[in-house]
Amino acid sequence: MNEQIKIATRQSYGEALVELGKENENIVVLDADLSSATKTELFAKEFPERFFDMGIAEQDMLSTAAGFATCNKIPYVSTFAVFAAGRAYDQIRNSICYPNLNVKICATHSGITVGEDGATHQMLEDIVMMRALPNMTVLCPCDDVQTRWAIKEIAKIKGPVYVRMSRLATPTIYEKEQNFEIGKAVQIGEGTKASIIATGDVVCEAIKAKEELEKQGIFTRVIDMHTIKPIDKEMIIKCAKETEKIITIEDHNIIGGLGSSVCEVVAEEYPCKVIRMGIKDTFGQSGKAEELMKYYEITAENIIKEVKLS
Amino acid sequence: MKITDCKELEKIAKEIRKNIIKQVYEAKSGHPGGSLSCADILTVLYFNQMNVSENEPEDFARDRFVLSKGHCSPALYATLAERGFIPKEELTTFRKIHSKLQGHPDKNKVPGIDMTTGSLGQGLSVANGMALSSKLNHDGYRVYCLLGDGEIEEGQIWEAAMTSSKYHLDNLCAILDYNGLQIDGKVEEVKGLDNIEGKWKSFGFNTIVVDGHNIEQLIDAFETAKMTKGKPSIIIAKTIKGKGVSFMENKAEWHGKAPKEEEYKLAMKELE
Repeated sequence: MNEQIKIATRQSYGEALVELGKENENIVVLDADLSSATKTELFAKEFPERFFDMGIAEQDMLSTAAGFATCNKIPYVSTFAVFAAGRAYDQIRNSICYPNLNVKICATHSGITVGEDGATHQMLEDIVMMRALPNMTVLCPCDDVQTRWAIKEIAKIKGPVYVRMSRLATPTIYEKEQNFEIGKAVQIGEGTKASIIATGDVVCEAIKAKEELEKQGIFTRVIDMHTIKPIDKEMIIKCAKETEKIITIEDHNIIGGLGSSVCEVVAEEYPCKVIRMGIKDTFGQSGKAEELMKYYEITAENIIKEVKLS
Repeated sequence: MKITDCKELEKIAKEIRKNIIKQVYEAKSGHPGGSLSCADILTVLYFNQMNVSENEPEDFARDRFVLSKGHCSPALYATLAERGFIPKEELTTFRKIHSKLQGHPDKNKVPGIDMTTGSLGQGLSVANGMALSSKLNHDGYRVYCLLGDGEIEEGQIWEAAMTSSKYHLDNLCAILDYNGLQIDGKVEEVKGLDNIEGKWKSFGFNTIVVDGHNIEQLIDAFETAKMTKGKPSIIIAKTIKGKGVSFMENKAEWHGKAPKEEEYKLAMKELE
C-alpha cells in the first residue's frame, strides 16, 4: 500500500471513462450537473457528442439511460450516491433492473467520507438497496487501480451494475499488474487471529490495522470484498473456518451492507460470530472526513481494538 | 403495413376495443377505461404510422413505442395481436400466472414491446434516451410515447420534457391521452391540472390538439409532427375514458375495474 500516492476513486473513474470511450464507441455518459465532482467532465471534454448533462434531474437521467440501453448503447450514469440510489431508486428498479438493461450506475460521494456536506449527502444505505435488486451487480472498489479495472470490466458484462465510489482521496493499495475478478474477493495476508473483511474506502484502514498488529505479533488477514453482489461465499466460508473471528468494516450503515451480506453467508453455511463495524444505524454530520471516521469508529485504530478484544 | 382507409382503421379500432374488454373480463382485473380511450391512437400508430414489422419485432431500424401509461397494457396487447405480433388466443392469458401478458408490459416477454413500463412518469425519459440514441448514430427511426393525463402529474414528466426540448428531439412524438379522469376523479380537481397545451408549449414542444377518436385528425397530427423540425411534438388527444362502451364512458370508476358477466355481454354487444 502506497500512502504517499492518494487518489480518490472518483478521479480514477473519470480517467478510466476516457480510456473506455476511446475503446468503445457505444459508451455514452450521463451526469446530473455534477460532472466536475464526479469527474465525468474528463469524458465530456474528450467526447462531447457522447456526453449528456441532464441537469438536476436524476430520475430523468436514470430513465433516459434505460432508453439508451434499449438501443444497444452502454450508458454510464453518474451523480452522488444519495441521488442515484436514493432519489432515483424507483427508476433503477422498474426501468433498469426489472427489464435487465445494460446501464452502469457509477455513483460517487458515498459514505461518511463525503465530509463537510453533512448527512443529506452522505449515502449510507445504497449497498443494501442496490444489492436487494434482482439482476443488479454491486461493486465497491477501494483504490485507483481497482477502480480503473472495475470501470472497464463492467462494460464487458451485460446488465445493470452499481459502482460505489468515494470523494476522499485514499492510498493506492494495488500494483498496476494486479488481477481482479468480479465476485472474487482479494485476500491480503494469511493470519488466523482474525479476518478483517472490508470494502471500498475503508480497505486501506483494514490494511493499516493489519500492518500495525503484525508489529505487535498479531497476525490477521484482510479480505478486500470489492464485489458486494455476487458475494464471494467461498472466501467467507474459508475465513470462517480458518480464522478465530470475522470482523467486517464498511463506510455504510451496518444494517444491510457488507456486514449483513457476510452474516447471511455464515448463518447459512458455517455459523460463527461476526463483528460488524460501520455506521451504527445513524445519520452522519458535517466535519472533515478523517474526523468523522474517528467519531463513527471506522478507522484502523478501531479495528485494532476489535481484533484484540477476545 | 400502412392502411390509409379511415373506415378500415375504424374497424380495426373496434376489434381492439373488443379485445380490451375480453382481456379484462377474462382476467377479472385490469384497466378498461384508459385502454378504451387510447384505442384509436394505437390503431393509427400501428396500422398507419409506425415502421414496425411483426416478422422482425427486433429490427434495429424500427420505430419505437413506449406505453408510458403502462396500466393500459390491454390496449397495447390487443393492438399487437391485431397486427400479428402475438397470437390472439394468448390474450385470454392476460394477468394470469406464467403469462407473457403481465399486468403491465414487459419488454422481455412480449415481441413488439420496446420498453417495460408500469411505474408512471418514466416513459418520456426512456423515449428521450431512444430518440437521443437515434440522433447520435443517425439511425433515422422515430420514437413515440403515449402519456396519460393523470400521469403528467408526476414531476419526472417535466424533467423529461426539458430534456426533449433541450436536445431538439424532433424525432420524438409524445401523445397525451387527455381523457380528463384519473382514479380519484377529474384531473382538474385531483391535482388542479389545467392549461395543458400552454404547459407543453412553454416547455418547448410543438403542440397539436386533436379529437383523439377521429382517425383522420390523428393521421394528420402525426404527419404534422413528422414535418416539424428542431423541436419535439406532442399530440394532445382529447379523448373519452371508456370510449365505445356507453356505461363506461366518462366514468372514473371504470379506470381499473373488470366488467361482470352481464356488463361484459352488454359491452360486447355495443361494440358489434
